[in-house]
Amino acid sequence: MNRLLRILVEPGFFTNGSVHTALVVGAGAALVSGVVGVFTVMRGQSFAGHALSDVSSAGGSLSFLLRMNPLLGFLGMAALASGGMELAGVRYARGRDLATGVVLGAGLGLAALFLYLDSTFTTTTGAAITVMFGSMFAIPASTAILASLVGLVALVAVAVLYRPLLLTSVHWELAAVRGVRVGLIALLYMLVLSLAVSLSAITVGAILSTALLIGPAGTALGVARRPGSAVLLACGIALGATWLGILLAYDSGAWTPQHPWPVSFFVVALLLLSYLAIGRSPRRVPRPANGEM
Amino acid sequence: MFAGFMLGTWMVGTLAALVAGVVGVFVVLRGSAFAAHTLPLSAFPGAAAASLVGRSQILGMVLFAGVGVVGIARLPRRDDHDVGTALTLVTLLGLGALFLSLTNGYASEVYALLFGQVLGVGVRDLTVVAIMGAVAIAATAVFYRPLLLTSISSELAEAQGVSCEQMDVIFLILLALTTVMTLPIVGALLVFSLLVGPPAAARMLTKTPLHTVLLSVVLALLVTWLAIALSYLTNWPIGFFVGALGALAYGAGVAWSAWRGRSRRDVAGATRAI
Amino acid sequence: MAVRDAPTTSALVVDRIEVVLGGRPIISNVSFLLGRGEFAGVIGANGAGKTTLLRTILGLERASQGTVQIHDATGSAGRPRVGYVPQKVLLDPSLPLRARDLVALGLDGHRLGLPLPSPARDRLVAEMLEAVDAQDFADERVGTLSGGQQQRILIAHALIRRPVLLVMDEPLASLDVHSAASVAALLAHLAKTQDVAILLSAHDMNPLVGVMDRIVYLANGHAAEGSVEEVLRGDVLSELYGHHVDVIRVHDRIVVVVAPGDPSATDHATLLSGGRETD
Repeated sequence: MNRLLRILVEPGFFTNGSVHTALVVGAGAALVSGVVGVFTVMRGQSFAGHALSDVSSAGGSLSFLLRMNPLLGFLGMAALASGGMELAGVRYARGRDLATGVVLGAGLGLAALFLYLDSTFTTTTGAAITVMFGSMFAIPASTAILASLVGLVALVAVAVLYRPLLLTSVHWELAAVRGVRVGLIALLYMLVLSLAVSLSAITVGAILSTALLIGPAGTALGVARRPGSAVLLACGIALGATWLGILLAYDSGAWTPQHPWPVSFFVVALLLLSYLAIGRSPRRVPRPANGEM
Repeated sequence: MFAGFMLGTWMVGTLAALVAGVVGVFVVLRGSAFAAHTLPLSAFPGAAAASLVGRSQILGMVLFAGVGVVGIARLPRRDDHDVGTALTLVTLLGLGALFLSLTNGYASEVYALLFGQVLGVGVRDLTVVAIMGAVAIAATAVFYRPLLLTSISSELAEAQGVSCEQMDVIFLILLALTTVMTLPIVGALLVFSLLVGPPAAARMLTKTPLHTVLLSVVLALLVTWLAIALSYLTNWPIGFFVGALGALAYGAGVAWSAWRGRSRRDVAGATRAI
Repeated sequence: MAVRDAPTTSALVVDRIEVVLGGRPIISNVSFLLGRGEFAGVIGANGAGKTTLLRTILGLERASQGTVQIHDATGSAGRPRVGYVPQKVLLDPSLPLRARDLVALGLDGHRLGLPLPSPARDRLVAEMLEAVDAQDFADERVGTLSGGQQQRILIAHALIRRPVLLVMDEPLASLDVHSAASVAALLAHLAKTQDVAILLSAHDMNPLVGVMDRIVYLANGHAAEGSVEEVLRGDVLSELYGHHVDVIRVHDRIVVVVAPGDPSATDHATLLSGGRETD
């Protein structure tokens, strides 16, 4: 038994402090992304979710410049962008994607500038890689508490908003008729989304955080029949992929000693595998061909 | 700024802006912003892999952009194809992260691939880029009308016997070509700005598709030239200027059409009442 | 339902077709003729099989029995042209596309290559715009036009290739009473002047009653066809529904009332009165 464990898990995995921090922060990111992601996919806002995390990279890179906690940087920028995107609210879906895209472009431009200034004015090295692709084993232990707090706030917010959020995601006109304040819900949802996005940005990196947001939710919505079970399944997949990814990345230090493989790669690969394995056979309700028979 | 070592940058930049201005119009008309964002990032691991095995970056980018096209077009779609696009995007980026970590990926290299660099292109790449540009422009001209028709309404296109699925793939291939040309200078993350900002502004200011294409090309050239010049002068990253100028072009378009819309609203209202 | 004689002069010959979808017959034993210059409506409640009939005529569904033939003027072989206006075409107001450009795309939107300047094409487009009375808004963005105006442009888009048959799926559904009446009158006029057979589906027959040459009335997968006077009679429709039906004329409207007690009665009665859509 012990030997089997040794093959699967490199020594030191359970005693290493930075591994503990990674597991805690990773779990928070996975759970929040799993929950929020289900609504993101239902609302057809995958692109907005991705744009938000990309734009948050400007905040992440600014935090290196100002020497503050990167989570706060990601969070501030994501919240700012989410408010902006929602308030700019464009009616037509095509227009919405374009407005999102232009905000995204400008945000990435800022990230480019801050990262350049990072390398010019501070001694930080590798900020670009950390911000964009994440460095889980380099997360300071102090971040774990902050991350747990942010995660808790996000989960409580979703629990409070659950029903109106679900109704507006299914059909916003139905919700509006029922007296739900659709605009307010959308704004609050975007703010919760920015919490989720910034948590996963410090975990798997800003441009990969979409993976945790969309992957598990996309898989879960393909098989689950009820929103509640979709949320649970998405959380399970996200948590499994994140923890297994951390384990594999830790192990990979023994495969190619000079170059440990990045956690984000494993997480993304595991999420794709689960999407393909479970998503290949979506359970569809048979529909009569062509609307009117 | 116009010294010999900058020659490649100016020429490739000009070609890239030309093609991005043309292809970008279809990005905007089809509402394919997400695909336009995903393909450049799909090409990025190609560049990383090329430096891992010591081969041509362009070859690597073409290969991976191809994988991106297949992924967007073919990943199992639920009702919402965004999910497939998102997964294509992150999977390829994840691979990019892996390749970079295996190559001793220096931060500066990652940075250049993601955010661009003014000195990214030598004159030797010029031939390949010029050929790709010519192919992209020629293909756009050949498929101009069916592409346009499928962008306007898929129902109308199908009624006229044009296959939307086929046009989708052709459009994605055009997008991939544009990406590979543009990425070395502007960077994977900001190719997108060039593909969306100028055409989105042009769309608001013009009334016929051909005029949109022309204005979009002019704006894309302006953005690119200004970005190269400013980046050279300030030493700040070119990606920043492309992103900012792209957004500026779009903002100017919104402001202009809002201003013009107010003065024209009475006329339009009278027409609509007929 | 006897098929009329002289099929050679007909643009469309539908002969005893049956269409089965998902193991269930949707329409059966439906026959009718439509000549060039004639304007006909396929009328029926939701679920009566209108869309299936149109799709079969367009070749998008296969008839398990019977045939659909489309003839051009010379009666020669080859595929005669059929124009089609789908239901619910949504045009984005932000499209940089004039109404005129959309009509031109009807002519050559499927061709490869750039649209080179062509006086002949411009003349043809101008002719079509005049035919549908759309010159006044031809240079506006097509997405910003009203529903009735867009419908005119879509008709011109479909007619510009000179089809022998124009098929339209519920073109009046989203229009207000006045626009529906004027589009219906325009279609009747175009059928004559452009020498084309026009077939459209509608769940409310009232905008069409005064202007259509023929009616194909669908109920329970069967059809009654003929002129308005021949079909909209209590005895004919009673036979079609298989129980007693009244056809009532109130003011200018025709209301078909299916006897209460029939399980399928309620929706026919309300829908075919046309009251819900237009009043």
